Amino acid sequence: MLQAVRLSCRRGERRLFSDLTVKVEPGTLLAIVGENGSGKTSLLRIFSSLLPPEDGAVLWEGEDIQQLKELYSGQLTYIGHLNGIKDDLTPLENLMSAMALAGEVCSQTEAQAALEAIGLKRPIHRLPSKVLSQGQKRRVALARLWLSTRPLWLLDEPFTSLDVASTGIVTERLHAHLQRGGLGVLVTHQEVDLPTDRLQRLRLTG
Amino acid sequence: MSTGINWAKYSSPQALYPLAGRLIPWFSVVAVALMGVGLYMGFFVAPTDFQQGESYRIIFVHVPAAWMSMFLYVVMAIWAGIGLGLNARPSFMMAQAIAPTGAMFTFLALLTGAMWGKPTWGAWWVWDARLTSELILLFQYAGVMLLRTSIDDVRRADRSSAVFALVGVVNVPIIYFSVQWWNTLHQGASVSMSTGSKMAATMLIAMLLMTLAFWMYSIAIILSRVRCIMAERESLPAWEEKPVTIQKIAEAR
Amino acid sequence: MSRSSMWGAIGGIVRRDLLLAMRRRSDAAMSVFFLVIVVSLFPLGVGPEPAVLRTIGPGVLWVAALLACLLSLARVFTADYVDGTLEQMVLVPQPLAVLVVGKVFAHWVISGLPIVLLSPLLSLQFGLSGESLGVLVMSLLLGTPTLSMIGAIGAALVLGVRGSGLLVALLVLPLYVPVLIFGAGAVTSSMAGIGGEANLSLLGACLVLSLFLAPWATAVALRIALE
Repeated sequence: MLQAVRLSCRRGERRLFSDLTVKVEPGTLLAIVGENGSGKTSLLRIFSSLLPPEDGAVLWEGEDIQQLKELYSGQLTYIGHLNGIKDDLTPLENLMSAMALAGEVCSQTEAQAALEAIGLKRPIHRLPSKVLSQGQKRRVALARLWLSTRPLWLLDEPFTSLDVASTGIVTERLHAHLQRGGLGVLVTHQEVDLPTDRLQRLRLTG
Repeated sequence: MSTGINWAKYSSPQALYPLAGRLIPWFSVVAVALMGVGLYMGFFVAPTDFQQGESYRIIFVHVPAAWMSMFLYVVMAIWAGIGLGLNARPSFMMAQAIAPTGAMFTFLALLTGAMWGKPTWGAWWVWDARLTSELILLFQYAGVMLLRTSIDDVRRADRSSAVFALVGVVNVPIIYFSVQWWNTLHQGASVSMSTGSKMAATMLIAMLLMTLAFWMYSIAIILSRVRCIMAERESLPAWEEKPVTIQKIAEAR
Repeated sequence: MSRSSMWGAIGGIVRRDLLLAMRRRSDAAMSVFFLVIVVSLFPLGVGPEPAVLRTIGPGVLWVAALLACLLSLARVFTADYVDGTLEQMVLVPQPLAVLVVGKVFAHWVISGLPIVLLSPLLSLQFGLSGESLGVLVMSLLLGTPTLSMIGAIGAALVLGVRGSGLLVALLVLPLYVPVLIFGAGAVTSSMAGIGGEANLSLLGACLVLSLFLAPWATAVALRIALE
């Protein structure tokens, strides 16, 4: 279970939010919505432990993530608004090195299967990533979700530059993750097509 | 933190600001008085050196300034370390306030070193181990201040320059040792500025007085600078507490 | 969280960075080319007198190697910072300092090692010979990893800061002083017939110290940069 307890956050001179308390149960997804600059990404980065909150704490299974450090990193898959993709590497190399770095080494066949699952066909796997479109690059980043065994997924605008079909595929994958008892936190400005009993929405008003 | 002194109370800028304001005049007065007596003793009472004549008297400024430049760097690094460790903003402000004074003393030490060097060695600059170390210390002070000014985000500026100050404090003794090593390699025994053990009592007293005076001056100027920094940062809109503006819409279960 | 997965993470980083360097060979070639040009300029500036060149040779080679290291190092984290890989690195379930070691090691293999290998050739321009040539290579072999380690701190501190290229030089160059002194000193003393062992062991001490402290400081600086 992921909990935020009385979080507050300030970026530069602006206070984005304060006294924010929220709880994410296993099997559910927290969708953070709100207009630009309302602190959605900052909140997600606080959940990921990249950004320490100004006040308050994030608890994972009741323990402060600032204390858990690497133990907590081992529980999550984070896909930020940057793709983390090297232009000079192929999608296959990118995916495999990202998984190896995260400590979830995967075989080439598994990586290929993941890329195909998100709709990237075989010939694309061996092209340098710089020739890919924005949507294709986003899909290379999201392919990690097909290989991740981590219980907590933190996704920043996963549907950006995705077409309708790919959005559907990713949503399905999310749903499967939740059904297996996984948790998710999602920043989005789109509607998420998930059953209402699995979805909790948090609106930030900067 | 639950027992004993409530440190949080004293470490908050709101409490420090008026306290600093009350202390500054006292330290300034003592600094001026000590400096007057110290300079008088150094320049008029202390005996003339039989080897170097009158020109040696600059050491009453040079040596205390060099000491201060090193002390202040360490003090700055300690504040920076406290800031990083406890995430305490006033300590970062102290570190920020110390840097210019430390740099000033480093510069003063270099300047007086050159003034002393001209009549003694016949050159404005010699690559003496101590002077060279001071020069590199000046570069490090400059680095701390430049890093701070090039980062717009105050929080990151505080923390990044604190890391650099701490890295520098590890480096200062290594640099000092290496420069001395280099000096012996290239020049044999280096000409030292210390006058050795045959220093007269009046000279020692004058030097200690000047050191104390520089301490008092530093405290006064650093406190007034930290007040400026606080005022500057407090005027930012971030200090106004905004009401809770979060609404949570939980879907029905 | 075992030791093997720690080595796996380091290996993963090193492999990826070497692969990237293979794809963009010009980047690695640039720092070597820079070294060659800078070193070749000195005889043009001070004149071709062999005795003078032999005196300044160790210093020139060392300063040039130091600058070449610094130039390439300023960018060591930039690409990862811009494309988001750095965020992923910070969230790896391994201590960040360990990954920094991998990152810096890969960087040293790409741009430090070529400098070491090229130095005997360049030192011929300055009339260095025999034993002092070996000492030069040895001093660079011990010294350049230290330069990379120290430089990584500076590179992490200035990530995403305006004017970072110049700023990193101003921050890091004063910290390079001891390495320069011991490195050039080793060659000079071996030329003077004293032998460079004392200087070389001091260089080794610097390397050990920087291996312990620099990755930790770099990790702190990287986290600050990503906040």
